[in-house]
Amino acid sequence: MRVLLTAFGAGLMVLAAGIGLSLANPETGGNALKPVSAFSEITDESERSAAIFTEAGKVIQHPRCLNCHPAGNRPTQGEDRHPHIPLVLRGAGGFGEVGMQCPTCHQRANVDLAGVPGHPLWHLAPIEMAWQGKSLGEICVQIKDPERNGGMSLEDLIHHMSEDSLVGWGWNPGKGRSPAPGTQEQFGALIKAWVETGAACPDL
Amino acid sequence: MGEAMTFKIKVNDVEHEVDVDSDIPLLWVLRDVLGMTGTKFGCGRALCGACTVHVNGMPMRSCVMPVGDLGESSVTTIEAIGDTPIGEELQKAWLDLEVVQCGYCQSGQIMSAAALLASTPEPTDHDIDTAMAGNICRCGTYVRIREAIKQVAQTSQGD
Repeated sequence: MRVLLTAFGAGLMVLAAGIGLSLANPETGGNALKPVSAFSEITDESERSAAIFTEAGKVIQHPRCLNCHPAGNRPTQGEDRHPHIPLVLRGAGGFGEVGMQCPTCHQRANVDLAGVPGHPLWHLAPIEMAWQGKSLGEICVQIKDPERNGGMSLEDLIHHMSEDSLVGWGWNPGKGRSPAPGTQEQFGALIKAWVETGAACPDL
Repeated sequence: MGEAMTFKIKVNDVEHEVDVDSDIPLLWVLRDVLGMTGTKFGCGRALCGACTVHVNGMPMRSCVMPVGDLGESSVTTIEAIGDTPIGEELQKAWLDLEVVQCGYCQSGQIMSAAALLASTPEPTDHDIDTAMAGNICRCGTYVRIREAIKQVAQTSQGD
């Protein structure tokens, strides 16, 4: 019996390792953000604003952000944004259904030993903040709409993007995951400059 | 490597002092330090559910829970779940319906089922499917697990 159980445990480990391989495919290049100053030569303020947002979009449309802004009730994971394994559903407040709530597996910090990401408030963005399947222009319009951004003003949005620690997890995703481009500070500076130049959006 | 120190942890209403690194998973402490081997190691990545315990009543994958994060939390394992009314009913139902095949995953299955029934006394099929989705059974006992959970729910309704 002991041999059988050991073999079973080993089988599960092989299964998990196989799944893990699909998770651990970090991108290694193109991981910088242009500073706000790089857009100073665009004389038309609206065009400059849209260009700045497009740069910030490298973060917004990165898998670290999109995976928890699904259009349905199931998060995605990995660089290829495959459906979350195991099955978890949105549940109340985006924290998962009873029995499979986010903290059942996701701890207060990343657990690199197991490759499981973590944060004290790990949860899905509300469905009205769904970004997956939308163009950057559509996300831009949505992100300015208090009915679809959690009731935030543009000032609140700057603060959220610059300082929220769950947003900040995108730059500290743990072993085996590519971080969002640049730094949260650089991203926050882009969002601030975008707001200050009129919060114009790229084409839909 | 986490900081090595002595932690006081409460497991099944008993306080233990363990001298381990803060980032050692709770599962390792249960099995290797406290000798409580009812909770199983399956995948070590929170993907199979074999290591499920309750932390303050909530199902948690002990293979990824750093012991240093437990604080004052109360841990319940398969060794003590039968002391609760729901756990006792579940164990009876598991025997009545001969749920177990090889048995390796079943402690995790029972812990997840107990947490489900504690919060949802009359679970629907959807409730059961979603709550148990993270507990893998290589023997495929899922149908009997579902029936056992329903048996407990029906028994509890009659109380």
